[in-house]
Amino acid sequence: MAKETKTRSRSANRKVSNGITYVILILMSIIWLFPFVGLVFESFRSYATEYGGMVNYFIPKSFSLDNYIFLFSEECSFTKWYLNTLVIACFVAVLNTFMVLCVAYALSKMRFKGRTFLMQFWLILGMFPGFLTMICLYFLLKQFGLTQAGAIPGLILVTSASSGMGYYVAKGYLDTIPKALNESARIDGASNARVALTIILPLAKPIVIYTALVAFMAPWCDYVFASYVAFGYSDSYNVAVAMQRWVWTNDYQGYFTRFCAGGVLVAVPVTILFMCLQKYYVEGVTGGAVKG
Amino acid sequence: MGKEKKKYANIGKGIGDNIREIGATFKEGDWKAKVSFLIMGFGQLMHKQFLRGILFLAVEIFFIYYMVTFGAGYLSKMGTLGETATYVDKTGVVPVTVYGDNSFLILLYGILTIFVVFAFLFLWRMNIKQNRQIQKLLAEGKKLPTSRDDLRSLLNENFDKTLMTLPNIGVFVFIIVPIIFMICIAFTNYDADHQPPSSLFTWVGLENFKNLFSIGSAGFGSTFFTVLGWTLVWAFFATFLNYFLGMAVAIMINKKGIKFKKLWRTILVMTIAIPQFVSLLYVYKMFANDGLVNNYLIKWGLIDSYIPFWANATYARILIIVINCWVGIPYVMLMATGILMNIPEDLYESARIDGANAFQMFRKITLPYMLFVTGPYLLTSFTGNLNNFNVIYLLTQGNPKSMNLTGGAGYTDLLITWLYKLTINDTNYRMAAVIGIMVFVVTAVISLVVYRILPSVKDEEGFQ
Repeated sequence: MAKETKTRSRSANRKVSNGITYVILILMSIIWLFPFVGLVFESFRSYATEYGGMVNYFIPKSFSLDNYIFLFSEECSFTKWYLNTLVIACFVAVLNTFMVLCVAYALSKMRFKGRTFLMQFWLILGMFPGFLTMICLYFLLKQFGLTQAGAIPGLILVTSASSGMGYYVAKGYLDTIPKALNESARIDGASNARVALTIILPLAKPIVIYTALVAFMAPWCDYVFASYVAFGYSDSYNVAVAMQRWVWTNDYQGYFTRFCAGGVLVAVPVTILFMCLQKYYVEGVTGGAVKG
Repeated sequence: MGKEKKKYANIGKGIGDNIREIGATFKEGDWKAKVSFLIMGFGQLMHKQFLRGILFLAVEIFFIYYMVTFGAGYLSKMGTLGETATYVDKTGVVPVTVYGDNSFLILLYGILTIFVVFAFLFLWRMNIKQNRQIQKLLAEGKKLPTSRDDLRSLLNENFDKTLMTLPNIGVFVFIIVPIIFMICIAFTNYDADHQPPSSLFTWVGLENFKNLFSIGSAGFGSTFFTVLGWTLVWAFFATFLNYFLGMAVAIMINKKGIKFKKLWRTILVMTIAIPQFVSLLYVYKMFANDGLVNNYLIKWGLIDSYIPFWANATYARILIIVINCWVGIPYVMLMATGILMNIPEDLYESARIDGANAFQMFRKITLPYMLFVTGPYLLTSFTGNLNNFNVIYLLTQGNPKSMNLTGGAGYTDLLITWLYKLTINDTNYRMAAVIGIMVFVVTAVISLVVYRILPSVKDEEGFQ
């Protein structure tokens, strides 16, 4: 009898605490989704009949495609900027993954002279802030004609050339693949390169996808270096550089809804891609964090 | 201390051994090896190792060509960074531009040349070593590896070299050389008044560092400490607030009896997927003076006039930290979810039998376990937040500015955004370089100290 009341009170307790949890989760969901819903609403606010800047209401009075039409019109090089970013993202995704895997494989599966030194040295190099070297890199790129008009290949080069330093997560993952696999294949007479390509690489698929995904997403947000390298040459802008002007500068006071429309066009494909590959991303985040 | 001494002794011994071996190679080697001292790759070529021989020879020819036409000139000017600036000679009928030195080029190529010299010395030493090896193998009556063997070994025994070559070159050109260059800039007077080629810059010793720490009207001291203080406060809150809140969210979603677990997670994870420049700029506008938040607060009659969220230093700082929670909680939630599931269920079971309540279980089981596993993550996340450029720059650009702060700094500027402003707006490269070095020092000190007290480093087996 006593026991029964206890379980009943416990289950009542649980109901209350679950109820509170639901309330919190729903509130959080609203907060987290609010900016995106707002973004979509603003992007449909008519530019012609309503003001394109800041207004004091949330839901537009009439829905229109004005902003989207503007983005694809002759007036605006949005398509150009979008393609620029897409090209950078694709190249960076491929090249970064290649570089990171090379480094991660060598450091994880092979033992060579200077290995620990290299790891410590790169760790120390990583503590220098990236923007420190901006002017020097700009100059290097300029020497090869890779600024302004040539900013796109320049950005690809700079981003992927030193990407090997971000090997940590990939190495952590490769470390979990047993070394016995390597050894047995080696005994069978396979060369190191062959083992890497035919045995380890297929097993490392999740981390390959993770690395490529992260590398693909970064250029969409790259503002600092991209704006510095393109420097006033608007054909070489990426979306982030081009569109932030619409928010910050006063010359573009009424461009806010256009910014929102562009933002939606950028966010939707990237988000869909991310959601499809989410599984691998989670694996990378959890795995990488646990191993440091 | 003793360890350090031993290290130096070892280096000294290493150099001694090297010199001795070079001498031995010369004394004991045949004429082919001796010629190799002057003409690299000669011995290899004579022994039909064509690939090695040609490569060494090419290196030597390139090195001599490089030094004569290019390197030596720049190297000799490193001491002064150039003396004659480029100017326009107006004495004649037609003004003529007279080209002089360019400090920037001298410094950059000077550094490059120093590296080239070291690389050459290293390769020369390798060349000698190989000649000695040839002698040794021949004396033992063994076959020498052919060019074909060399190439094949790149896919097998030396596969690591194949893999690491490209990344190493990339890191060298785009990280190491620029960093050394900028460290050197910290000891020069390269700023808006000294822009080569029309006006050269030169070495000034520790002047810039003195300026950084000098507290006065002209010095950077008070601004530096304000910015540094906020950087540390920001990194602390951004890391730990996100960490605990993210963990709480993960626990809530993981709780027994909560439905739609996947839905809650997906909603939160959306923030990771959407490029920050879209979401953060939108949020920035939401809190603007004429933004949604102010407008609705006025409409509902909660306030009379707008709240200057971004213009007031304290508001801006608090708001940034809060918005950063919005950015950061999903990451921690994802990570914590995976780890929480690994905690053995029987630990909780036995605690429940002993009558522990939820909070006690969290404090005694969940928290220690999480801290143990995610210690390294906390450290990297803290140092990452010290340099969290995007969140600050997209939200406030470091504003509000103030007359009290020099160098264009604002009250929400981190060291890293200040560095960016000094480079872009003020072209004050000398101070930007100094601040870059300070960021390095802060990061390195914190990493070293924390790394030593991390439980997972001290006691690797603790929870296994």
